[in-house]
Amino acid sequence: MSVSQRALAIGGVSAPRSRRRAWFGGLRGADYIWAIAFAVPYVALFLAFVVYPICYGLWLGSEPELYTQLFSDPRYFTAVLNTLVYVGIGVNLKMFLAFLLSGFFMRKGWWVKALLVVFILPWATPALPAYISIHWLMNGQWGMFNNILYLLFGIDGPIYLNSHWMGLACNIGAYVWKNLPFWTVILLAGRMSIPQELYEAAAVDGATGVRKFAHVTYPLMANLYLVCVLLDTVFALGDFNATNFVSGGGPAMSTEVLATLGIRYAYTLALPRLGVAEVMTALPLLIPLVYILMRKLRVSEGQL
Amino acid sequence: MNAARYRRRRRLVTAGKVGLGVGLLVWTLLPVYNMLLMALDDDADEFTGSIWPPDPNLDSFWSVWTEDYWLMKHFWHQFGNSIILGLATMVLTVLIGSLTSFSLGRMRLRRGWIVSDLALLTYLLPTALLAIPFVHIMHRYGLSDSLWAVIAAEVTFATPYAILILHQYGRLIPMELDEAAKIDGASPFQVYRLVYIPLMAPALVAVGVYALILTWNEYLYQYLLLSSTDHMTVAVMINQFFDSDEAPWNYMMAIAIIYSLPPVAIYFGLRRYMVAGLASGGVKG
Repeated sequence: MSVSQRALAIGGVSAPRSRRRAWFGGLRGADYIWAIAFAVPYVALFLAFVVYPICYGLWLGSEPELYTQLFSDPRYFTAVLNTLVYVGIGVNLKMFLAFLLSGFFMRKGWWVKALLVVFILPWATPALPAYISIHWLMNGQWGMFNNILYLLFGIDGPIYLNSHWMGLACNIGAYVWKNLPFWTVILLAGRMSIPQELYEAAAVDGATGVRKFAHVTYPLMANLYLVCVLLDTVFALGDFNATNFVSGGGPAMSTEVLATLGIRYAYTLALPRLGVAEVMTALPLLIPLVYILMRKLRVSEGQL
Repeated sequence: MNAARYRRRRRLVTAGKVGLGVGLLVWTLLPVYNMLLMALDDDADEFTGSIWPPDPNLDSFWSVWTEDYWLMKHFWHQFGNSIILGLATMVLTVLIGSLTSFSLGRMRLRRGWIVSDLALLTYLLPTALLAIPFVHIMHRYGLSDSLWAVIAAEVTFATPYAILILHQYGRLIPMELDEAAKIDGASPFQVYRLVYIPLMAPALVAVGVYALILTWNEYLYQYLLLSSTDHMTVAVMINQFFDSDEAPWNYMMAIAIIYSLPPVAIYFGLRRYMVAGLASGGVKG
């Protein structure tokens, strides 16, 4: 599933909130029943399609032998390593670029605005066509990328998708390509919400470029940046499409990540329980991330 | 002397800006251009190694239009499936999301924070990791090879975000309106339908578009849950090209372009509105 607009939730609408209640002194009688009835569809959805599958998954992956089998498979460790590289580099590289680019797009001028419109295109393009196109772009024999290299520099490029590390790099590049615009826009919105007066005040105090950044931009953007990195780490961890379509997990399943290897176990090798067990091993990384993000993002505490 | 240095520096900055702009443009458009290049080539498996189409023509689009290849015999039917899936997800997400956020945010359901925390938790759940048990459960519900199973999956994963966004947007609407309607004798459902829904319209549109685009981007659940050509969506069908022995990559790319058009059109159509919504929302620093 795409990372895109989902993460808009991090952009909290910070309005002065009204503490008044339309239903004074809490809900009573029929109103209480109405309120519950309104919430029932979502709760039912949650129970039927989130809680039940999770419990079923926990049961499927509860046999200890599965983990012995899993840990004796060298492909699993390759996938763990790939996942760490994919998430570690993919997320941080992208977020750092997004941060720099958001600064660039703060500049004035019609052509910067026009460029932003074009720059957003990967975000609007659905994941599947984009990744398939990148797959063929990087084809070693007739892909356009190597053709360009040949025309410009007269060199024959390597067969990228036949190598573990280059294949992984292509997956990461594709993931960055698809999601860079979205995070740039989020960070751009963050930068735009910094009051201009702060920069003016800093300028009056004699601050220039670097000091403005260190004393105004950095302190105000640090938390947002951190939340974005954590959120995107969760999304990247569960990203199936880039690996599945750009390198296809190949060559010889050497570029699989946790999100794709589980599916491969379950549906190509017909070992669903092993697939679930493989997914479960992502939990030690996932749970702390989700816990921190829950604390940072929850909108409801003390307000309901 | 100083002025000369200043001018030189200024020229350097401009050159840097233009260089960065050109670099970004190439980076962004390369895969998009590659799609066009492959789709406009009529000789499918003999790519010549040029970086522009030697003989550009729309034959592959025509073939897709007339469903003139065995893998795409049902293309428009499957395109219809994708649209049904997207629209059903959109409607259900907006409906369930708005009802929940009304109950939590406006009626202040006691211990409603539990529900919104569950929504946030679901939002943070990587969907690919839940796929295997989810598909098992769908078979158990008797929903194998059914569009409803996929709709259930997409709604499950789109609604949490809808609840969070609607909840936050709802805070901008004064409670006094609900109170006034209530004093005039409106039932909670009437407040929801006549006060809440009209005032929330912009956020509802944003959430609906989000749900639509989410299903358009999603592949895994559609692939695992739909197997017959009759129920398949375009996303599942495109992937079948990889399994075929022939190499009609130009058809594949023509389909990819056609499939990309709706979200790109929606995005550029609503761009002003979406960017404004994003910016006005502000971001917690």
